[in-house]
Amino acid sequence: MIQHLLDGILTGSYLSLGAIGLTLVMHILRFANFSHAELLSLGAYAALVCDALVSGLAPFLAVKLAPLSLTGSLILAILVSMVLTGLSALLIDRLVFKRVREKGQELSMVFASFGMALIMRNVIGLIFGLSPELYSRDIAFATVLSRDPLILIKPDQVFVLGAALLLMFALHLVLSRTTFGYALRAVAENPSLAQVNGVNLQRTIMAVWLIGGGLAAVAGVFYGISHQLIPVMGRDLVLPIFAATIVGGIGSVYGAVLGGFIVGIAGNLALLILPSGYTPSVPFLMILAVLMIRPHGLFGEARA
Amino acid sequence: MIGVISYLVFFATTASILAIAVLGLNLQWGNTGLFNGGVVAFFGAGAYATLILGGAAQAGHLGGYGIFYPLALLGGMVAAGLMAWIVGLLTLRLRHDYLAIATFGVAVAFENLMRNAEWLAGGAKGVRGFERPLRTALGDGFIYNLVFFVVVLLILILTYLFLQRLVVSPFGRLLRAIREDEEAAQSLGKNPARIRLIAFITGSVILGLAGGLYGTFYAFVSPQDVLPTLTFQIWAMLIVGGAGNNRGAIFGAFLIWGAWTASGWALSRFAPVEVQLYTGSVQFILIGSVIVGMLMWRPQGFLPERLVVSHKGKTKRKQHGEY
Repeated sequence: MIQHLLDGILTGSYLSLGAIGLTLVMHILRFANFSHAELLSLGAYAALVCDALVSGLAPFLAVKLAPLSLTGSLILAILVSMVLTGLSALLIDRLVFKRVREKGQELSMVFASFGMALIMRNVIGLIFGLSPELYSRDIAFATVLSRDPLILIKPDQVFVLGAALLLMFALHLVLSRTTFGYALRAVAENPSLAQVNGVNLQRTIMAVWLIGGGLAAVAGVFYGISHQLIPVMGRDLVLPIFAATIVGGIGSVYGAVLGGFIVGIAGNLALLILPSGYTPSVPFLMILAVLMIRPHGLFGEARA
Repeated sequence: MIGVISYLVFFATTASILAIAVLGLNLQWGNTGLFNGGVVAFFGAGAYATLILGGAAQAGHLGGYGIFYPLALLGGMVAAGLMAWIVGLLTLRLRHDYLAIATFGVAVAFENLMRNAEWLAGGAKGVRGFERPLRTALGDGFIYNLVFFVVVLLILILTYLFLQRLVVSPFGRLLRAIREDEEAAQSLGKNPARIRLIAFITGSVILGLAGGLYGTFYAFVSPQDVLPTLTFQIWAMLIVGGAGNNRGAIFGAFLIWGAWTASGWALSRFAPVEVQLYTGSVQFILIGSVIVGMLMWRPQGFLPERLVVSHKGKTKRKQHGEY
């Protein structure tokens, strides 16, 4: 029970990071972006490549930071991958979403995002092959927290949780304390009114993609550290991330954080009552439950 | 020669079944503006329910009711409609995204349930033991397939005629009115949530019908048949053909199914062996590019929706246009 709870919190840390970017995009660009989860895979694979490059160029960085299985080069790679993934998100918006936005209606964007998800996922599959990849081939030993009941935790997991919370706190400071944060929230509330008040809409949209992509990259790497990298990881992540945004309420960053943890914990606790084969359905059940009880989520508001 | 003809019959049967599904989606997306992210779940519900209701008894899971075939097919349609009713009731009053996400979730959960619940529909092994209707009279060969094709084609034509009637009826006008401007329709005393629900259920029932025919054609259905791939294919068919145009929907179904089959054949024939493993990936990239490319360059599709302009209304507006 406690073990499941712990695992759930760890799952929640990367789901939250993914959900923050998604909820921002859904709020400001007003479409359900089904390709957001592919940004997680993109970030994870970008970090894999960067990690190999960095440890090749600077072998002294490729030493494990005990007790973690992480290396200095991987941490550097995560930072590079954040930038790369943010830029890719921006590029995809420029090349595809912006044009579709100008041509069609909101729902064409949803179709386009599905198409992009298919393309991204399978291009990654073609480049990296269909078999799983790992950041570290070493076995990371779990620390025994307690023997009865048996509770295991890996040092990497503690790092992932800590780093995720730190990032969320940083984002919170940006959103609540800076002019940029105010501008972002203003655009989310009312784009035209924000523009009248001198907020540059194009630049805000760019910032949303950069932030969303950057956080998605971290989320992808953390997923890769906790599990493994597979090209279809986006397919398995898209529904939990959407569930997190809906539970939290579309548009609410804090809701997305909370939603991510709730979905992560619920998914792991469900293992107590459901066979593990049913895990992929849990996010859907949560969406249904939220729609029945509180359709706009925990922190969301009604908006057409 | 007979080989070519029997392949063509096989191809045309599959394409016609898919065309029925595209027509169902067109009612939802093309005419009403409802995004169905889980086409395959409604298609699958039709297939599974038809086979379970009409099949012979199976050890270990539900089935063996041996119901008279048309009733079994009807049962498949009802199953798809019931699913649509539940999902629609929960999501159609909210913003559009919710329906997209919830229907996508339905498809994931449906495939997941079918794969795991052995007691329900055989799990990963699927539903077997279904005897195709009139098999004793027609045998298993070419004649059967030809007759089956004619029946499917008739059902396709009937569905087309039904939807064409629906589109020009007051109800069809109402659907477009809600799609274009929900508040305006509401101000005229219409109930958009209710009308959308009806359209969503009707479209899903047609998807269920297509699924039921598909299941009948193969006399077998398994979780492999309800993968998201089918959703993407059916979307591509509608977008390429032209959302809002029933003829476009049928045209798109044949075109995309032809392209899909041809690309699969070409890859398996000409691609080097080590690439063959990635045939699926290449085909997915192609279908994704078709969807994205059409939306960027020709969002109205090859056969665009014909705008029904009410001329009386136009002149009226001109007369009162001054104030």
